[in-house]
Amino acid sequence: MAHSIGTPVLPSVSLISNSKPYLPTSLFLPVPTIQKVGGLSIKCARVGGVEIPNNKRVEYSLQYIHGIGRTRAKQILVDLQMDNKLTKDLSEEDLTTLRDEVSKYMIEGDLRRFNALNIRRLKEIQCYRGVRHIQGLPCRGQRTKNNCRTLKGKKVAIAGKKKAPR
Amino acid sequence: MSLSRRAIWKGCFVDTFLSKIKNNKELLANKKIWSRRSTILPEFVGTTMRIYNGKTHVRCKITEGKVGHKFGEFSFTRKRTRRPQTK
Repeated sequence: MAHSIGTPVLPSVSLISNSKPYLPTSLFLPVPTIQKVGGLSIKCARVGGVEIPNNKRVEYSLQYIHGIGRTRAKQILVDLQMDNKLTKDLSEEDLTTLRDEVSKYMIEGDLRRFNALNIRRLKEIQCYRGVRHIQGLPCRGQRTKNNCRTLKGKKVAIAGKKKAPR
Repeated sequence: MSLSRRAIWKGCFVDTFLSKIKNNKELLANKKIWSRRSTILPEFVGTTMRIYNGKTHVRCKITEGKVGHKFGEFSFTRKRTRRPQTK
């Protein structure tokens, strides 16, 4: 987890090889892009930079964007008064409105950078939470006698620790 | 972070004795502080405080970035646990 925070993914970096020339000024590339993967062509819409939600309902495909969860995806649909269609059925107009709505929120690279900066600030001032981040332990007061495996990583056997007698 | 936060109209919590002397730099300098629950105010920036951790006073320089945190966050109450390095 800590490694992924350290290297935030830039919103401009696209994993898909696009035949169209890359325009640095426009964040949103024309849609729908057709991607060829081993003879299979996947049609996908691009909302908010890199995201590629496919043939799911809009409410769920929006959640593939980092920074948009269940609540926000629902809220976006309510705000736009849009039907929960399949993403591939969306018209060009729908997509542009959707993109405008999504760009209001802090998503993807910006959000990752924002979070990483906050954590770095905590580490710099050496407060309790920052120190816990450095140590790789939970900083919200959870117990660490057992569990906390997400942060501590895989279990390491301690040499010399005896098993309880039967 | 937490679900409900302190109401803004109340302002930051600072113990009274600290808020009384907050503009007096001389009194603040190298002051021993037992009140770990008080918020660090912008007035404290640049001074060195000695914050109690239950046993000793830990020296702490107050910088710009520490404003808004509590004093207690900067002096740890527990020893760092060390795994025995036996093999």
